[in-house]
Amino acid sequence: MKIELNQGIDVESVRMLFPILSQSVNCNPLIYFDNAATTQKPLQVINALTNYYHNDNANIHRGIHTLAERATVDFEKTRKSAAHFINAHEVEEIIFTKGTTDGINLIAQSYGEKFLKPGDEVLISTMEHHSNIVPWQMVCEKTKSILKVIPINDRGEIILDEFEKLLSERTKIVSLVYISNSLGTINPVKEMITLAHQFGAKVLIDGAQATPHQKIDVTLLNCDFFAFSAHKMYGPTGVGILYGKRALLEAMNPYQGGGDMIKNVTFEKTTYNDIPYKFEAGTPNIAGVIALNEAFQFINTIGLEGIQHHEQALLKYATGLLNEIPGFEPVGTAEHKASVISFNIEGIHPFDLGVLLDAKGIAVRTGHHCTQPVMDRFKIEGTTRASFAVYSTMEEIDLFVQAVQAVVKKLR
Amino acid sequence: MSIKFIQEEIIEEFGLLEGDMEMSINYLIELGEQLEAFPEIKRTDDFIVKGCQSKVWLFAELNENQVYFRADSNTLITKGLVSLLVRVLSSHSPEEILNDEIYFPEKIGMGRFIGSQRSNGFYAMIKQMKLYALALNLKQKI
Repeated sequence: MKIELNQGIDVESVRMLFPILSQSVNCNPLIYFDNAATTQKPLQVINALTNYYHNDNANIHRGIHTLAERATVDFEKTRKSAAHFINAHEVEEIIFTKGTTDGINLIAQSYGEKFLKPGDEVLISTMEHHSNIVPWQMVCEKTKSILKVIPINDRGEIILDEFEKLLSERTKIVSLVYISNSLGTINPVKEMITLAHQFGAKVLIDGAQATPHQKIDVTLLNCDFFAFSAHKMYGPTGVGILYGKRALLEAMNPYQGGGDMIKNVTFEKTTYNDIPYKFEAGTPNIAGVIALNEAFQFINTIGLEGIQHHEQALLKYATGLLNEIPGFEPVGTAEHKASVISFNIEGIHPFDLGVLLDAKGIAVRTGHHCTQPVMDRFKIEGTTRASFAVYSTMEEIDLFVQAVQAVVKKLR
Repeated sequence: MSIKFIQEEIIEEFGLLEGDMEMSINYLIELGEQLEAFPEIKRTDDFIVKGCQSKVWLFAELNENQVYFRADSNTLITKGLVSLLVRVLSSHSPEEILNDEIYFPEKIGMGRFIGSQRSNGFYAMIKQMKLYALALNLKQKI
């Protein structure tokens, strides 16, 4: 199969920026295909983390000394980069969180608990990650609202007609995954946001799997909230971004109290700080936030268009080769897919395949990928999932497919 | 053969593989294949020990003060690991099973094969086997 790579990306040079990739695992060169779980970090991100602790470590925002000022300036620089990265109108609409899960929980608690009334409805889809299911179950239970689920078809795509049927004046929140971590499906979120808005519902987009793969424009999407994680886009773990429209964020109460989120505290009454700070109680992951700026720079330097083109070529190549393996059963064959291949091989348990691939130095993920309802929908226990990133290569896919074939031969 | 003796035997066998991950896993799979067939009638939720990614079925019976374990799994690698436990603990008295320390998993580097999270499930399985021994022992005395 002939696939033309985008000449704009020199993958070998990109790989040089990721020291972790040059190691051997179980006497084989590491092939890291677990990028949907977390991506590796380029040197500039690693250096930013160590540089912060070497030179600038201080608590941010209220310090009057030089180090505190340096840390604060760098911390706030990331906020500006984040706003630019997703094309938010205002820097104040960017809230730092621990990650996507934290962002969704914040909205469920702060927005959901305040505005949901008994009988109101929250819509999610069948393909949500547990982190976009459980927070809504919790808030629905508290507010006596109803959680409804948009079904998906056999290819792993949202059934838009069913979505429209579920929408009504009772729908107050729609919380949707942009790209499914277990199926790879890219959902038509723009269209769905427009539909939801016709009924006055607010829409949260779980963008954890989207930001590393394609350009995000929250203004164009017109979503009300957008949550994503640094670690899935070459940044550090423990940092995430929550975007929210100013008016909505201002109307919400914080759900965590502490330092930095207040204007004035007395034992009688506390007044909250302005956005975004009222949602950022406590000392944040300063080093992580500062290093995230380098992840933005890394992606911007390569360019998301080039990354997307490269990953799509990898996806097409790998899918073609895997399809030739007898008993290959892809799970998730949506028309619009990100570089995630979830599959089963008839008669072989994903766990056995995953362990045997690891023995050959190939890192994939096996199991339900925190999307048990997806596994129930397809009546399977789990899948093996290979997910690619900007540094993945065709040669690695060749080795991966050969390794899968060898396992199939051995276990059949 | 004592529980300790069998464990030493297993440690020696895996020692011959010199830590080669692929060979060790292949060996585990082979051992699993040799496990006595699990009676289909017992393949129910009552006998399941549920792990993170794989299922294990387990039951025990007592015959002349010896506990006999039967086990199975839906994954080959887990079945291999389970077969090691059956080999170590089967055909011993409840007292031996309850009192003897199980140390071979660590010595053969089991965490490397299945990961530390799933090793916890493995230790839960050992506990379950000891509970069987305890229950069968009590039943015998009633």
